[in-house]
Amino acid sequence: MTAFLLGAAAFVLGTVALGLVRILRGPSNVDRMLAAQLLGTGGVAALLLLGVATGVGAVSEVGLLLALLAAFGSVAFVTGAGRSSDAAATDSAADTQGTARSDPE
Amino acid sequence: MSLALDLFTIVAVTLGAIFFLAGTVGLLRFPDTLTRLHALTKADNLGLGLVVLGLLPQTTAPLGWIGLIAVWLLALLSGATVGQLLAEAVRPPEWDQNRTPDALPNVPPNAPEASSHD
Amino acid sequence: MTSALLVDAALVLLVLGLALWITAARAAYGAAVGFVAYGLLLTIVWVRLAAVDVAMTEAALGSGLTGLLLLGAAARLAPYEAAEHQRRPGPWLRVLVGILCAAIAAGLAAVVLLLPDPAPSQALAVAAQLPATGLANPVTGVLMAYRAIDTLLESVVLVPALIGVWSLSTEMAWGGRPGFLTPWRSGSALPLLARVLPPFGILVGIHLVWAGADDPGGKFQGAAVLAAMWILVMVAGLREPPSVSDRLMRFLLIIGPLCFIGIGAAGIRLAGAFLAYPEAYAKPLILAIEVGLTISVTAVLGLLLAGPPAPEPQYQRRSRRRS
Repeated sequence: MTAFLLGAAAFVLGTVALGLVRILRGPSNVDRMLAAQLLGTGGVAALLLLGVATGVGAVSEVGLLLALLAAFGSVAFVTGAGRSSDAAATDSAADTQGTARSDPE
Repeated sequence: MSLALDLFTIVAVTLGAIFFLAGTVGLLRFPDTLTRLHALTKADNLGLGLVVLGLLPQTTAPLGWIGLIAVWLLALLSGATVGQLLAEAVRPPEWDQNRTPDALPNVPPNAPEASSHD
Repeated sequence: MTSALLVDAALVLLVLGLALWITAARAAYGAAVGFVAYGLLLTIVWVRLAAVDVAMTEAALGSGLTGLLLLGAAARLAPYEAAEHQRRPGPWLRVLVGILCAAIAAGLAAVVLLLPDPAPSQALAVAAQLPATGLANPVTGVLMAYRAIDTLLESVVLVPALIGVWSLSTEMAWGGRPGFLTPWRSGSALPLLARVLPPFGILVGIHLVWAGADDPGGKFQGAAVLAAMWILVMVAGLREPPSVSDRLMRFLLIIGPLCFIGIGAAGIRLAGAFLAYPEAYAKPLILAIEVGLTISVTAVLGLLLAGPPAPEPQYQRRSRRRS
């Protein structure tokens, strides 16, 4: 069982490696931001498998922390991208969407 | 009994690993950022859920179970939100120009997508 | 145990490959994203090295706060990147720097490989004296009892770091609210996340601080999680950052080091030395210090990412849109 779980962890890490190779090559910055999300799920799965395989109890807490904070990289990306792009464009888009969005609520 | 539980763990973890592989294949083969995002957030979350399901018999109940399921639920939440946020960052600008307010009932909802494929 | 070797080999290849990619990346933004992924991978490496406390710190800081800091900096530097690229050092200088770095790395590797085989370590002495402190986690014992002076100095130095960040503001803007976290205006996915995630985050953060006495965890990891939740709320526009002249916030910033110094000074009278704990009260005193430090470190980390005070107009613009 331990060997199987470790093998599964190695397999998941292998898929993460393949995914990273593709993602980091991606033409735009949004493609590269997918890397953080990939590691957020793949890395958590590998960590949980490793934790149960080696019997160290606190590893699932590390997985919990990773899952909790995995979204922050993408949050940083989206808020940062909005700041560096043209402020007028985001203002006009927000104005046209603001009036339309108030109705369904 | 423990043999049946071990078998369940092996089957569930293998299925989870297969879904991770499927998500990665989707990442490698899909043509577009939006479709790659789709493959990443959906297939990988399902893979994680199956891995968590497979690990449940190997951890002590109930606190270990709550911890594992909490990890999966948090990954679901962050995956869903990140999908929305990143997709909004890459939507082509022509989608915003063709968009009409939701208050008008007689606009077909899929009209912009047919006209803006690269 | 070949499967363990397989996992470790996969990790090592992944980490080295990613490090090479980050070094060779052309744009600062891509390198910052790669660095966030690198931090997440290092978490798994620390777990394989059986350093679970460090893995938690890496997860809490590397994925959350470092990502925000680096990506924000890369976004702000993007307009100047082309000009910087023109002024890169020539190829010969880069080769020289590469050779020097390789020589230092080789020297370090030689030192590590030539260590005596049971490497000299204090682990047995630490484990022998640990029950006297009332703690069961040796890392917390070292941080809060044996090397408490180091932890005190680390917690004190955070405040000048924050003052350094605040000093970047302009004269007109001093006294106002920090301005790096512009509030989110389009879409509702981010406010939804900022409403659902923080309750769990706060629970996990407080649990980490409390559990740090006996299990892996501690005040720094807990404070990093709490700060990340606060920053999420500020970034989503649900709350504004406090202004830098707010007296309550300034008090919360220094309450941790004050507790630490106060208890340390009391130790001179009660136990004979600065930062010595009287035997019967060691654990409650350590817990009190940890609570104070958690509050301060959370406030400092959150404000470090919020940036220097900015001129008011962006908040007036936001309040106009909300009305």
